[in-house]
Amino acid sequence: MTILTTYISWTFLVLGGFLCISGAVGLLRFPDFFTRMHAASVTDTLATALIILGLLLQTDAWMVQVKLVMVLVFVLLTSPTASHALAKAALHGGLKPQLKIARGSNKAGQQSEAEA
Amino acid sequence: MKIQTFSLGILLVIFWLLNSGHYTPMILSLGAVSIALVIMIARRMKVVDDESQPLHLAASIPAYYLWLLKELVLSNVDVVTRIWRGAGSISPAMATIRINQTNDMNRVIYANSITLTPGTVTTEVSRDSITVHALSSSSIDALNTGEMEARIRRLDR
Repeated sequence: MTILTTYISWTFLVLGGFLCISGAVGLLRFPDFFTRMHAASVTDTLATALIILGLLLQTDAWMVQVKLVMVLVFVLLTSPTASHALAKAALHGGLKPQLKIARGSNKAGQQSEAEA
Repeated sequence: MKIQTFSLGILLVIFWLLNSGHYTPMILSLGAVSIALVIMIARRMKVVDDESQPLHLAASIPAYYLWLLKELVLSNVDVVTRIWRGAGSISPAMATIRINQTNDMNRVIYANSITLTPGTVTTEVSRDSITVHALSSSSIDALNTGEMEARIRRLDR
């Protein structure tokens, strides 16, 4: 493993890690179940892909690489199915999504001031 | 014997060889037996058809995956930006969108593609419409332009 691949690998790993943290932050910041689910899907897709890409460059054993790719494929196939089942179950269970939060109202307003 | 049985067999052989890593005659023959068993069970369950093995899409799906990957990255960036800007930057919306797909396979691909991209989740699928919850109303507008739908409709041509 050369210095170059080490750098590329760690770039992917750190970026993926950052996206995982972003997903967690979104999970805490967003107001209701459905919006939080959107935040979690960042962790499901690009964060997983980047971390697996970074790990692929960490090893020279093709058998390990093949298995990492399989993990990625299975995550990408199962996560939308699980999300859909979750959202549908929540709706059928009577959970109403909060739609369109007006800017400047209660908590959301404080956060948009912070961003300005 | 259906072509799908054959392709399932090939797929299982590749899957087994990639996962095993032990290529002695003894282990290989055990692998062959287990593959035969899986094919037998799959046939008995009647899941070996063009729905579990959509071979007719094989030629056109790679280009779609590439396009979906691009969309995936873009919508990830969008959602992450909104996360760090805070709850004030989102405008959750729900909408029922009419769809114009000819078969179940395309409907499922469309609904799953929407759910896979962060910021949008499909909550209901019916024959001629789907219901989507989105983190921002702009994603609903993007779906209404019908680009993704048109690309999926072109898949089986």
